[in-house]
Amino acid sequence: MVTTATQHRLLTPGPLDLAAELERGAYSPPACDDVIAELEAAGLRGRGGAGFPASVKWRTVADASGPRVVVANGEEGEPSSRKDRWLLLNRPHLVLDGLLLAARTIGADRAVVYLSHEETVTAMREAIAELPVPGLVPEVHVVEPTYVAGEETAACRSISGGPALPTARPPRVCDSGVDGRPTLVSNVETLAHAAWISRNGAAAYRESGTAGSPGTTLVTLTGACAAPGVYEVPFGLTVAELFEVAGGFTGAPAGFVMGGWFGGLLGPAHASTVCTYEAVRAAGSGFGCGAITALAPGTDPLTVAAEITAWYAAESAQQCGACLKGTAAIRDAFAALRDGTASDTDRHNLERWGRTLPGRGACAFLDGAAGWARTVHDEFPDHFGR
Amino acid sequence: MKVFVDATKCSGYGACAELAPNLFELDEWGYAAVIGDGVPSDEAAARRAAAACPELAITIEE
Ligand code: SF4
Ligand code: SF4
Repeated sequence: MVTTATQHRLLTPGPLDLAAELERGAYSPPACDDVIAELEAAGLRGRGGAGFPASVKWRTVADASGPRVVVANGEEGEPSSRKDRWLLLNRPHLVLDGLLLAARTIGADRAVVYLSHEETVTAMREAIAELPVPGLVPEVHVVEPTYVAGEETAACRSISGGPALPTARPPRVCDSGVDGRPTLVSNVETLAHAAWISRNGAAAYRESGTAGSPGTTLVTLTGACAAPGVYEVPFGLTVAELFEVAGGFTGAPAGFVMGGWFGGLLGPAHASTVCTYEAVRAAGSGFGCGAITALAPGTDPLTVAAEITAWYAAESAQQCGACLKGTAAIRDAFAALRDGTASDTDRHNLERWGRTLPGRGACAFLDGAAGWARTVHDEFPDHFGR
Repeated sequence: MKVFVDATKCSGYGACAELAPNLFELDEWGYAAVIGDGVPSDEAAARRAAAACPELAITIEE
């Protein structure tokens, strides 16, 4: 089942103030008895990129012993994504409602909003100052914007007073996060959907989307389209149908940068790929945070790959040898491919790194760079071999 | 038993892959990662490797 009518649950024409959010049911008790069971029935998955079932995460922290912490992650380090910023600026009370719901549900006595963009900090501080409910008051924690700062171990490390850099697992943050306490780190869009589900129920949530990827999602559509921006769509539309919502393509795209920069590069034929977690993964990529860039007609995929993997090499937190060396090696090989100076060894190395480097860093950053090697090799064989 | 390598600590070219070649694999720059799911077939070798790592980068979860 796919609902093609765009029903907006999160997206509004402009910012909603406190009065408007209260009218929509903000800060009222949930309409369901068991919030985690409702999230499970809804099939809500995390919207930060990993797509992990929200109910599993919430339950793990709820079942942990000792004082717990919940973190609303609005750091949005993914370069091509804007949807978390949109949400924080336009629906701050919906995010806070979800954060306080999570705190009550898992029994957290500390709630933190984790941010890096100045305008979102202002918006959240103002919203927290006018919170109409007694009890827990969320803190705001601000970090410098980097890609890895949004990683959940980096968020916990920063809030605990350390640098915003990832740590190796174990321990997982649900066992030992902020100050060593069991911590739920949840993307702000996930929290907004959780608040919506607590008011409207799992059945209503499933009226949009597909069985495996239920509900709606915010997406950031950029590149060769008439009206780039943040949109809300049901899961289950094709990439081309998604871009129809953004005014349609301005020319036949040369390819698609998927899932932020994390899902690598898919070829033009993927205009017909269905946007669900399962279908995008089967296509060799990842839906991630829902940011998709359509490459303008005639764009050279190797130029894009060289640019973005150079960014990876520059953004590596350089904590792990494999990431430091691996991102630099991928960058250099793509630069040689772009310049027409690549040897067969460069091509062979890229192909191998795409397969072997994922999982070798402490965080998934290296997997993202390796994904460029793998997808460009698989999707653009003519360019790869030139 | 499950074995993990902390990639932020590993300094490379060490004893682990020699002491437990079925459990650790070095990449071309010499950095170690566990092979497969990290559940060792030879637990004693895994313990020897963890003890031999100069960076204390190897964690064993019983
Ligand atoms: S994989 Fe890269 S980005 Fe992630 S912790 Fe290691 S060095 Fe940092
Ligand atoms: S012994 Fe330790 S530092 Fe050396 S390669 Fe193995 S894990 Fe890395």
